[in-house]
Amino acid sequence: MTNQEALYIYLLRLGDNALLNGHRLAEWCSRGPFLEEDLAMTNIALDNIGRAQAFLKYAAAIHGKGKTEDDLAYKRSEREFYNHLITELPIGDFAYTVAKQLIISCFDVLVFTDLSNSKDETIAGIAAKALKESRYHFVHARDWSYRLGKGTEESHRRYQHAIQDLWMYTGELFEMNEVENILLQEGISNNLQEVKSNWINLIMPILQESSIRIPTVDYMQTGSCKGIHTENLGHILSEMQYLQRAYPDAKW
Amino acid sequence: MNTTLAFNSFQEKLDKDFNIEPKDVMPDDYRKHLIRQISQHAHSEVIGMQPEGNWISRAPSLRAKQILLAKIQDEGGHGLYLYSACETLGISRDELIEQLHEGKAKYSNIFNYPSLSWADIGAIGWLVDGAAIVNQVSLQRTSFGPYARAMVRICKEESFHQRQGYEIMATMMSGTKVQREMAQDAMNRWWWPSLMMFGPHDSDSPHSGKAFEWKIKLKSNDELRQKFIDKTVQQAEVIGLTIPDDQLKWNEDKQGYDHGEINWDEFKRVINGNGPCNKQRLDHHKKYHADGAWVREAAAAYAETNSKF
Ligand SMILES: [Fe+2]
Ligand SMILES: [Fe+2]
Repeated sequence: MTNQEALYIYLLRLGDNALLNGHRLAEWCSRGPFLEEDLAMTNIALDNIGRAQAFLKYAAAIHGKGKTEDDLAYKRSEREFYNHLITELPIGDFAYTVAKQLIISCFDVLVFTDLSNSKDETIAGIAAKALKESRYHFVHARDWSYRLGKGTEESHRRYQHAIQDLWMYTGELFEMNEVENILLQEGISNNLQEVKSNWINLIMPILQESSIRIPTVDYMQTGSCKGIHTENLGHILSEMQYLQRAYPDAKW
Repeated sequence: MNTTLAFNSFQEKLDKDFNIEPKDVMPDDYRKHLIRQISQHAHSEVIGMQPEGNWISRAPSLRAKQILLAKIQDEGGHGLYLYSACETLGISRDELIEQLHEGKAKYSNIFNYPSLSWADIGAIGWLVDGAAIVNQVSLQRTSFGPYARAMVRICKEESFHQRQGYEIMATMMSGTKVQREMAQDAMNRWWWPSLMMFGPHDSDSPHSGKAFEWKIKLKSNDELRQKFIDKTVQQAEVIGLTIPDDQLKWNEDKQGYDHGEINWDEFKRVINGNGPCNKQRLDHHKKYHADGAWVREAAAAYAETNSKF
C-alpha cells in the first residue's frame, strides 16, 4: 500500500464516520422529545455532514480522475464504506442516541485534538474546525447522560440498556491496521491505542457520575476497516443514494 | 420607543400606531385573536418540518442535504420564536400543543399535502415560503410588538428559503427531460394550494373586520394573493415552468394578473380534515410528543435535584 492509497482510505474513514453519524442524527428532525432538542440534533447532524463534505472532498482530490465528494458519498457501494459500525446503527430511542453520541463525541474530541496537529495541513484544518464542533457535541451528550442516568427510573433503565447494547461497538474505534500505521509514521494520523486509554479516562467518570454501570462484554464487533458492515448500511445507502442511482445523468 | 409617552388607553396607543406590548391592558378578544393567530403560525412552522423532512435522507448531494437540513432547522426556530411570542399573552407552550392535538388550534393547510419528489422540495421553498413571505412582510407592522418583532427576524430567513427553493427548480428545469417533468409536476400540484394559503376571498372572510380594526391584519387576503401571483408568474416563466391555470392573463388596467377560480370546495374539505395528509401530520406530531414524554420528565426530575442544570 502506498502512502497515497493509505491517505485515501483514511480520509474515506473520517468522511464516512461523519456522513453516517450525520445521516442518522437527521432522522430526529420533527421527532425530538421537544422542539429545542429537535433543533439540537439537527444541528449536530449538520456539523457532521459539513465535516463529511470536507473530508470526502479532500479524498476525491487525492483520488484524482475528476471525482467529487458527491461521487464518493453517492456512488460507492456498501463494501467501499469505512465508517465505524456504531455510526450506522439506528437512532433508537432518545437514550440510545445519547449513548451513541456520548461514545462518538468522546472519541471525536480526542481524535480531532490530535489531528489538528497533523502534518497534513488540510487534515489539520478540517480537524481544528471539527474539534470546536465536537466539544459542543460532547457537552450536549454529557449533560444528557447525567439527566437520563439520574433523571427518573425509566430514563435510567433506558440509558443503562443503551450503553449496554452499544458497548460491543466501541472496540473497533481503536483498531489500527496498515492504513493507520503508515500514516502514523508520517505524522499524519494519530495513535489510536493512546486514544483508547484517554477515551476510557474521559467517558468512565461521566458514566459513573450518571450512575451507569460500566458494561463488561466478552466480544467486540469489528469489520468496518475492511468495509464489512452491519445490515443497516445497505438500507441507508439505498435511500441516501436513490436519486443519484436512479437518474445517473441528472445534475442536482 | 419613547417611554415618556403615556397612553390613556389601548385604543389611543393603537390609533397612534404604537405597538401593543404584553404588559399593556388589551381587550380580551384582541388577546384571544392573537393567541389563535400566532399559535396557528407557530404550529405551521413546526408541522411544516414534516413534508420537507421527508426528503432529508434522500437529498441528492451533500450540499443539498445541508441546505435542506438548515432550512428545516430555521423553520423549527421560527416555531420557537412564535411560541415565545404567544406565551407573552399568558398561555403556555404545553397548552398550545394540547390545543393542536385536540384539533382546537389549526396549522397552515398547505402542509396537508404530500412531498412526493425532490422537485417538491424546490416547489415548497419557492412557492410555499414565497407565499408565506408575502404574508409575513405585511405582518412586520402588525400591532402586537412581540409578533411584529418575530416577523422581522423570520422574514430575513424566509427570503433565503425562497431563493434556495427556486434554485432547485431552476436546476431541474435546466436538467434532463425527467427532471423537467418532475419540476412541472410539482408546480402543478403546489400552485393552487399555495394560492389557498392566503385564505378565502375578501368577500367571504367574515372574521377579518376586527383584525383590521386592531391593526393585526394590514392587507386583505386578496391583496396579498395578488402580490404573490404577480411576482411568481414571471419567475416561473424565466425558467420555463407553466402555471397550471389557463385563465391566467395580464390585466393592463389593474397592472396585475387575473387568475382562474380557486377550488374552494377542496380548500374547505382539506381544512375540515379531509386532505391527503391531515391525519398523518397530526398523528406524527402526537406520536413523537408522546414518545418524548419520558425524556421531558427525566430532564425535569434532574433539574429539580440538581440546581446547576
Ligand atoms: Fe418559517
Ligand atoms: Fe421558510
